[in-house]
Amino acid sequence: MALDPKKHEMPAQDPQVRAHNFDEVALGYTEEIALAEAQRCLNCKNKPCVEGCPVNVNIPDFIMKAKEGDWEGAYQIINATSTLPAVCGRVCPQETQCEAKCTMGIKFEPVGIGRLERFVADWHNANAKEKAVAPASNGHKVAVVGSGPSGLTCAGDLAKKGYKVSVFEALHTAGGVLVYGIPEFRLPKAIVAREVEGLKDLGVDIETNVIIGKTLTVDELFDMGFEAVFIGSGAGLPMFMNIPGESLKGVFSANEYLTRSNLMKAFRDEPRTPIMKGGKVAVVGGGNVAMDAARTALRLGAEKVYIVYRRSMEELPARAEEVEHAIEEGIDFRLLNNPVEILGYNNPDDPRDPKNGFVRGMRCIKMELGEPDASGRRRPVPIPGSEFELDVDAVIMALGTSPNPLIKNTTEGLEVNRKGGIIVDEAGLTSREAVFAGGDAVTGAATVISAMGAGKLAAASIDKMLSGK
Amino acid sequence: MYKIVRRKALRPTVTQLEVEAPLVARKAKPGQFIILRIDEEGERIPLTVAGTNPEKGTVKIIFQVVGATTEMLNHVPEGGYIQDFVGPLGNATETEGIKKVCIVGGGVGCAIAMPVAQEFHRIGAEVTSIIGFRSEDLVILEDEFNECSDKLYVMTDDGSYGRQGNVTVPLDEMLSAGEKFDMIITIGPLIMMKFVTLTAKKYDAPITVSMSPIMIDGTGMCGGCRLTLNTPEGPKMKFACVDGPDFNGYEVDFDEAISRGRMYFDYERHMHEKTCNLYKQADEAAKA
Repeated sequence: MALDPKKHEMPAQDPQVRAHNFDEVALGYTEEIALAEAQRCLNCKNKPCVEGCPVNVNIPDFIMKAKEGDWEGAYQIINATSTLPAVCGRVCPQETQCEAKCTMGIKFEPVGIGRLERFVADWHNANAKEKAVAPASNGHKVAVVGSGPSGLTCAGDLAKKGYKVSVFEALHTAGGVLVYGIPEFRLPKAIVAREVEGLKDLGVDIETNVIIGKTLTVDELFDMGFEAVFIGSGAGLPMFMNIPGESLKGVFSANEYLTRSNLMKAFRDEPRTPIMKGGKVAVVGGGNVAMDAARTALRLGAEKVYIVYRRSMEELPARAEEVEHAIEEGIDFRLLNNPVEILGYNNPDDPRDPKNGFVRGMRCIKMELGEPDASGRRRPVPIPGSEFELDVDAVIMALGTSPNPLIKNTTEGLEVNRKGGIIVDEAGLTSREAVFAGGDAVTGAATVISAMGAGKLAAASIDKMLSGK
Repeated sequence: MYKIVRRKALRPTVTQLEVEAPLVARKAKPGQFIILRIDEEGERIPLTVAGTNPEKGTVKIIFQVVGATTEMLNHVPEGGYIQDFVGPLGNATETEGIKKVCIVGGGVGCAIAMPVAQEFHRIGAEVTSIIGFRSEDLVILEDEFNECSDKLYVMTDDGSYGRQGNVTVPLDEMLSAGEKFDMIITIGPLIMMKFVTLTAKKYDAPITVSMSPIMIDGTGMCGGCRLTLNTPEGPKMKFACVDGPDFNGYEVDFDEAISRGRMYFDYERHMHEKTCNLYKQADEAAKA
């Protein structure tokens, strides 16, 4: 049988059109394409793709079901290991995980595992009628802090085993980074809401507007009868560059900018939560968050959007598909450039000039790649005398975050590392008895799927601990 | 949903609400704040806690109508509900080792200053309070301050009530007469706090200022509330929500904070006008 050497392309909105709307960019495979793509899987014996998946989804098995057009069967196989298939099919960096290991990928393009996963999950969501039913209770109570990917995964796995799980969320909507961080055009919020509803069907309690470390402490959770606590409190304080001008009006952390647009719906006309729209925007950084911020700025009406990144295209940490989409949409990549100062308006003749204190530009320096650094990537070195000014009205810093200090500061005996990440052992256990942690609160900014992996691990450890009692 | 169990107009544009929020009521301490949203579409706004009743499970907030959200909040009736109410956020005001304190409140900032003054009074500190307002029709909480202060100065800009002048006048008089406070704590408009700080500086008097910048989550995630402290080791970026809201007045870059506070000024004014017009139209429709 002749195998198609190429992955079936993902149907997508036209770049010129989508650059001006917040609808989902990738439209998803049709059933026909999904069937054809599933045929490309060799069902090889050693299943390297499974190893490449942080939660070890049984990939060849689900694709075999897909080959037969048994979409519900395929879904059940994914669902046995992954709590959020419709989310993962959209936001996982498959090219560095499952698809990177795919045997087909040695000679040809790998199987479009992520695209198939998305099709299967969407098919289930559109066609499955039965709601999940809460299993019989085993009498144990577990508290989960944070309703992002790690928390939802941990809660889901435990609920399926009969634990009574309460999830505490600091914001007013459940979903964590899936609702405040990742934009609608990449992950529709209706999908996240559906996954959260699914957990509620399993008997999970979701308490919004409760900040663990403020409203309640971890110790109080134990007093309330919870026997184990999982901390998945996620990203904390946004990082800035420590260069002059970062307090000017028009400089945002990506967290703030994306939260305004995604969670607070500032992308709408006359939003109740304001945001800067239009103008020229520079996004500093090269990760998924930088791509999300740049593409959001474009959709909010920016006339020009730059990605300013100090290394080259090869080192860009963002998911390949996001970079491709950003380029297609006309984002201008200024690679091997690094900001040194953000410049502000200051009208010397009129201290009341309303433009005073707003961004008017950014001074950058050109970089070249030197010797590899500790991360193994070639270290960018400034080229002396190469400074230049970029004419921009807004600057968005997408440089990562450091873990949130609220829980550490209010939980005695909870050890953190130099960067503030909660220290856990190989079972996800912290330095405090029966307190587990995972996701960005442990690792600093990472991916949705690795956070889910950590939530899964902790759920297994909690089950082991409590069922052994 | 969180119930407004009691609503009291202190002045035409200054309102006190008592909100049912048992978990917050149990925890909140003077100097801390909450974040609320009125409805599903609402923006998140921070408001400082003006008192708690842990037994009843209620939290008191006092606000002045300054924009669209506070306008809408002022239209929520007693017995009505607001969508979200979360807290307590920020750190409580430091009281340890302070035996003699001067509380300087301005405008609706007095609502925040009041529980701080009460707390110092409760722990047995000597409390001098200076409260300032634009004019008589904005004076609030005079009785409450009277009860918890050993000395109270009421100031109005136009002299329509109390003494004429701003809050720095009695502060300067006391300090120049040799009065020593373990701490001056000021809460009010940024420009007022800037000048209170400058007055304190003249006499090397220690001063704490309470900052309330624009913020979204209030838990350190967005970084919108950042401000610059000019510390002996150089400028440092701090987040008011997790590092504050109280800071050493000597170190705060007020001009930057004032500038950042005006980030959405025009838009906010536009939205406030629009909201007012909607209420007006609704009123007229009801009459007709």
